[in-house]
Formats: sequence, structure tokens, C-alpha cells
Amino acid sequence: MKQLNFIRKIKEIKIDVRAYTLIFALIAIWLLFGSLTGGVFLSSRNFSNLLRQMTIISFLAIGMTPVIITGNIDLSVGSMTGFISVIAAYLQAILLPTFLPVLFPTLSIGWLGILSTIITIIICLLLGLLIGMGQGYIIAYGGVPAFIVTLGGMLILRGGILGATQGKTIVPIEDSLRLMAQGYLSKYPGILVAIIAIIIIFLVTLHSRTKKKQYGLKTRSLGYDLVVASVFSALVLAFTFMMNSYRGIQIPVLIMAIIAIMVTYLMNNTRFGRHIYAVGGNKEATKLSGINVQSVVLKTYALMGLLCGVSGIILTGYVAAGTTSGGMNYELSAIGGCVMGGTSLMGGIGTVFGALMGTLIMTSIENGMSVMNMSVFWQYIVKGLILILAVYADVSSRKNKSL
Amino acid sequence: MKDETILQIENITKDFPGIRALSNVSFKVKKGDIHGLCGENGAGKSTLVKILAGVYPYNTYEGKIYFNDEEIKFTHFSIQQAIKKGIAVVYQEPVLVPQMTVGENIFLGREPEDKGMINWSKLFSDTKEILTKYKLNIPFFAKLSTLSVGQQQMVEIAKALSQEIKLLILDEPTSALTEAEVNYLMEILKNLKENGVTCIYISHRLEEFFRIADNITVLRDGLVVDTVRTADTTEEKVITMMVGREMKKRFPVRNSKPGEKILEVKDLSVSAQSKTVIKKVSFDLRKGEILGIAGLMGSGRTELVTALFGEYGHQIAGEIFLEGKPIKIRSAEEAINYGISLVPEDRKKMGLVLIQEVFKNISLPNLKKFSNAWSIDQYKELQECKKYADDLSIKTPSLFTITESLSGGNQQKVVIAKWLMSKPKILILDDPTRGIDVGTKYEIYNLINKLAENGVGIIMISSELEEVLGMSDRITIMREGECAGTLNRKDATQERIMALATNLKRNDRYNQ
Repeated sequence: MKQLNFIRKIKEIKIDVRAYTLIFALIAIWLLFGSLTGGVFLSSRNFSNLLRQMTIISFLAIGMTPVIITGNIDLSVGSMTGFISVIAAYLQAILLPTFLPVLFPTLSIGWLGILSTIITIIICLLLGLLIGMGQGYIIAYGGVPAFIVTLGGMLILRGGILGATQGKTIVPIEDSLRLMAQGYLSKYPGILVAIIAIIIIFLVTLHSRTKKKQYGLKTRSLGYDLVVASVFSALVLAFTFMMNSYRGIQIPVLIMAIIAIMVTYLMNNTRFGRHIYAVGGNKEATKLSGINVQSVVLKTYALMGLLCGVSGIILTGYVAAGTTSGGMNYELSAIGGCVMGGTSLMGGIGTVFGALMGTLIMTSIENGMSVMNMSVFWQYIVKGLILILAVYADVSSRKNKSL
Repeated sequence: MKDETILQIENITKDFPGIRALSNVSFKVKKGDIHGLCGENGAGKSTLVKILAGVYPYNTYEGKIYFNDEEIKFTHFSIQQAIKKGIAVVYQEPVLVPQMTVGENIFLGREPEDKGMINWSKLFSDTKEILTKYKLNIPFFAKLSTLSVGQQQMVEIAKALSQEIKLLILDEPTSALTEAEVNYLMEILKNLKENGVTCIYISHRLEEFFRIADNITVLRDGLVVDTVRTADTTEEKVITMMVGREMKKRFPVRNSKPGEKILEVKDLSVSAQSKTVIKKVSFDLRKGEILGIAGLMGSGRTELVTALFGEYGHQIAGEIFLEGKPIKIRSAEEAINYGISLVPEDRKKMGLVLIQEVFKNISLPNLKKFSNAWSIDQYKELQECKKYADDLSIKTPSLFTITESLSGGNQQKVVIAKWLMSKPKILILDDPTRGIDVGTKYEIYNLINKLAENGVGIIMISSELEEVLGMSDRITIMREGECAGTLNRKDATQERIMALATNLKRNDRYNQ
């Protein structure tokens, strides 16, 4: 048991090195832009913007992580986000306003709007799930390479966007949907959320201590665990106060955090998560361990589709319209974020946390350069170079380790 | 001229971690001879071929090789160097480009050029010349993928001959050939001999040596048993040399008490890719019994057990009874649910997720034991994995170590641990001790015996005859997808098994 605990420690250190590299890189980039922009980049207003900019891509990066870990890819997520966004706009601006008042004549206009938003969310999530499952089915059971299926899906859905909009922008969008993407928690609800988060952090810490004791695994001193939990709590509080000093915690950022935690849990603590990593590590061995590899792949695409649904809804709320160019090139940002965060395109390796950090780094660079008023062409070039550099650094460090 | 030595091998010793593959191997090959090389699987034939072909460079082995009275030292991984010296190898599976024509394959990388362009007419006329010279009857413009394995082998030979080869090594060329193709190959080799090409010929089919070889060198456990003139010996004598050695105490003693019948297989046939790989095989297995399956590589032994593990889905015919009840096994998942586990042949490709931690590999098929739909109890998981890791004394820095970094023997123990945790009724082991050192082998034997004593039915494939004899209660011998016979432990000898596996004409005498 002593040995087991010792090993745990080594393992934690190893994981931390990876995560810390990303965190240090992020802090370095922030400090760099902070000094280049004379502090504007580090203002709470800009931070708030930065986080909002990353949310829509981050849903896609979260969903892309399991897909890439199983050794596949999804190129259709940008088009799918755009397509679902257009459908959401179509529902809100055209279809539901004609039906709902007839079906529910007694409801007030405000309530009709909320009902419209709820129906839109449900339909969009189901639509994303269905498209994702469709593509996943062809990939897993039809044996068509993921690259081809999702490349086809990308074209088809882009065509769907143009067909549905007829090249026009669809407006208006209900206030309740816009609130989901643009709204802020005011001061006290924000603090309430922070307090709930802190309570959860402490409960999880204590729960894991009881479990370890129950199975005779050695635990660290209570003081150490409490200090760690306190540090995380302090970070949550600092974040809350920083956001509150501008307009408050943004609702889409909160949604992102909740989804990230849920998917991380899924990846680390469920059989499905284990199966995802195993399929990516060695498909044949996984199959011979009695795991239905095809169903695992199908489910990763279903999850990806669902998250495209979320992303599409938030996109519509954010731009307050359905546009023809919605979601353009998002797949590249999402894949870039994953890879930057250490997800291996060979499969088997990667984390949601890494994907989020990767996305945050890429968004920070983009945001920093636009705050500095650099031309757009430079932004593209710098982002491309940094992506290649980051993956090169990762690949060469892994090579050194194995040799 | 006749007695001139072309190749002289002196005291070659080659070690792999934990294993001595070749030990003081010495023999001579005369110019213009066909020199047979035989031995059981793992006797060191392939290692020797790899040294001669330059795959294992000089300095990774001890000893000297003289070729045409000149010592050869291949400095680093270089097959090209060996070819330049005039040594080429034709392997069991042709290594050619299926989309290219015969001519393109023969001259791949050495295409005749004319001002930077490929001179196609020269390429094809040269091809034609070689094929005619050695009487190789293949259309030179045909795409490789349209040829049979036998014809592809001819292309390999032609490719070697086009490079002015003096010594041609054929590594089990006939194992994938039909009878007619074998006869044709024999004719070609005789023809080569008339053209002054020396051959080293490796095969499992002994009768082939007696048709074409001048001399035979027999290897056993990395040692040369003897080099004899074919004219002075018989097949029986060669078999005795291949296997004949007193059994040492290498296998733990076990009280064998087979119980009731747990598995019965009737007329199992498997066809994959419109080829019949298993033909009407029947056998049964009792609780606590170890059934050994012997046979040469490619005899269908692996296909037989993977068929029981659902590998071929719906492509199997015949009946399977588990504890008297008829069952259908269409996937690994179903097999595991019936209580059947398989330790596969190739642990790296099929047994392990090498980039993952040891405990994740052990628990992979067993996650249901400590999880519900929403969460895995990772503490319970670790505790269980630790129990099995300790039981099998897996030598690993920790359960969190990446499996890839363990030694071969310990990796195999991880595979076994993973299947022990699933508490199987029937455990199938496909060559479980391949490439594993003697000490770990003994541990694995003990483990298998303990399982059998606890009532698990065990099917064990092995390439080593001694292992099959030392471990099994009964032995089923496979040959060309068919069951060639089943022997009880007390009746089985290495000679009998070898005779059944290699299809000696006298095999009726041994059949029961």
C-alpha cells in the first residue's frame, strides 16, 4: 500500500508537468500582451471578452477531444454549428412565432418568447445529436474513413445553411435566447455560484479521503488536502471578483465550465471514458477485451453532435441572428485547440482540460493581436506558426522521453 | 570446383534479452549445393537468416562469417549490403508492391534509366530474359495482385536472381503454397542449381529436403545438432535430431483430475475471405483439463481458437456446446459473457494497450466488476488490480507505470492478470510463453496448473513441442486447417506429434 501511494505521487507530478507547461505558456502569453498593450489586455473588461470569444469554439474542442482520442476526426463541426444556428434562428424568427400564438392563445408575449426558446433548444440539441449519430454510424459501422465522412458532412451542411437562409440573415431572436449567450450573472448570484463551487470542491476532497481510507490506501495529511482545496477555492473567488468588477460572470462561460466538468468526469470516471482511451490506444486489443468498438466510436460522434447543438444555439444568441457565414472554419480552431492542448492525432492521448487550455491560448493570441490593432493577415500567420511550433515541441519532448 | 565452400559460418552466438537464440553455430555450405536447414519453431533458423541477410549487423552477434573466403561484416542495418555481396533472402510472405507489374517489381529501385527517364523497353526485355533463363513461367507484364502466392514467390526469386546473386536463402517458401506450386518450385530450384546458384533452403516439410537438398543442417535450441548428407539419412533420423533430447524437469508436476465435459466442438469450419481456414474440427474439453494444441505455424491452430472467441463472426459453421448447452459465439463480447477468455498470440498487437497504465490494462475487460452506468469506483479497481498484480508477481515500478516499459514476460503477465480477473470457465492461451525467459515461463506454467486444479478448462497452443508435452493432458494436432489427430499424454512423443504435424505418410500408424 505504501508503494501504491508513492507511485500515485510520481504520477501526479508527471501529469502536473504537462498541465503546468500549458498554464505557464498561457501566463507568459498574457504577460507579453499585457506589457505590449500597456495593461489593456489584462483589464477585466478584456478578460471578459476573451472568455466569451473562446466559449463557442470551446464547446467544439471539448467534443472533439474524445473523437480525436479514438483516432478519428470531425471536420463538419463548423458547418454543423452554423447549420444549427441557422435552424435556431429560423425557428425563433419564422416558424415558432406563427404556430405558438395559435396553439397557446392565452399566453402573454413574454411567456411565448421563453417557450419558443425552450422548444428551440430542445430541437437544436436533438438535431445535433441526430446529425452526429448519422455521421458516426457511417464511420463506425460503414467503415468509411472519418476524414471523408465529415468532409462530406461539412459540405452538405454548408449547403444546408445557404439553402435554409437563401443567402439572407435571419432575425429577430428572442431575448431569452440572447440572454443565454450574452447575459451576465449579477453580483450576488455570481457570488452564490462561487460559494456552491467552493462547497463542491471541499466535499469532493473529503469524499476522496474517506474512499481512500476505506480501501486502505494511504492518504495525505488532512492539512495538505485542505490547503489544496483552499487554493482552488481562492482561484474561483478571484475569478468571480474579477468578473464582478466588470459586469459579472457570463452565462455562456458558466455553461462552458459546467459542460467541461461533465465531459471530464465522463472521460475519467465512466466505462465509456475508459473505452474511448482504450480504442485510441489499441483498437484490436480493445475489441478482444469484449468491448464494442463500433458503438464507442458512434457515441463519441453523438456527443460531438450534441455539443455542436449547444455551440449553434449559443452562436445564434450571441450574434442575435442566423447568418450564412456562421461557424466558418470553427472546425480548424477546435482541432487546433485540442492538438495544442496535447491531444494526439494518433489517438489514445488527450484531456478536456488540455483542449480548453489550447483553445484559450489560441484565443488569447487572437485577442491580444486585435487589441494591438495588428492586421488580420498577421493574426492568421502567427496563429498558424504557433500551432505548428506547439505540436513540434510536444512531439520532440515525447520522442526524448521514449528514447 | 565441386567441393569449394561458398559460405562458412563459424561459432555464431546471438543473444536476445533473456534468451540465447544461437549458440556456437558452425557449418559450411558448398558452392552449387542446395543446403537444407531445419529445426523446430524457435530453434534459431530465422535468427540465422537475419544475420546472413544483414538485418542483425556485425557486433550484435559473436562469431565469423566467411563468404567466398572473405569475412563479411555488415556494419549496420542494411539488406542492400548483403545483396551487393551476393546474398539474397526470399521470405515466406512475398514483400512486393501489389499494384506494380512483375517487371517493375523485379527492378524496383534499380530501373534502367535513359536521360533521367525510365527505359521501359529495356526493363521489360531484361525481365523477359531473366524469366526465360530460369524457366519461370510468369507473364512479365501482369500486376502482382493478380498472381497467386506461388507465382509471387517466383517473382521474388527472379528479383533476387536479377541482381547477380550467388547465394539464395529461401525461408520457408512452401508454407503458403499448394502441392502443385511446391512441385513447380522444386523444379525451379533444381534448375537454379544447374545454373550454379547456391541455395540455403528452410522448410518444415521434411520430404522436400529429400527431394532437392544435398545436405541438411539440423538446429535445435540454437545449437547445431549435425550436418548430414541427405543420401545418408532418413526422415525419421532427422526428426529425432530435431526434437530428440531428454526432457529436463522444466515443467511443474500437477495432479490432473479432469471433471465433467465443459466444452464440446463439433465439425467446426471457418471460411474467411472465401478461403477455408478450418475444416470440420471436433474436440472436447473437461473441467480442470489442459488440452494442448500443437501444429506448425499456419496450420490453423490460431484460427481455431480465435474462432471460439468470435473473431470470424458469422463465417463459422458447426456446433459449440458449453456445459451441454448449444451456444453461438459471434464476437469477443459474447465469448467473454460465456466465460471464455483468450490470451492472444501477439500480446503487443492484440493483448495490450501499450500506451496505457498497467492497472487500466488489467481492468479493461473487467470494468463492470467495479462500476455502475455512471461511475467507476477507481479505489476498488486499484485494490483489485493490485491483488492480481501481486498474485502473479508482476515486476513493475507501480500500477501506474506505462505498460510499454515492462519486459516481455511481465507484459504477458499483465495480459494473463487481465483475463484471470474475469474469472473464466475456459481459458485459451495462444502460445503464452513465446519470447519469454525460462524463469517466467516456469511461473506461467505454475499459474496454468493452479487454474486447472481449480476447475478451469484450459486450451493451450504452443510452438514448443516440449511445452505441449510437459503441460497437456491431451494433445490435438492441427495440420492445414484440419485435426490431424489427438493423443493422450502417455501416448504422445515428440516424434509422433511431429509426424502428425508434418504429414508423414506413415501417420496412420499413430492415429488413434
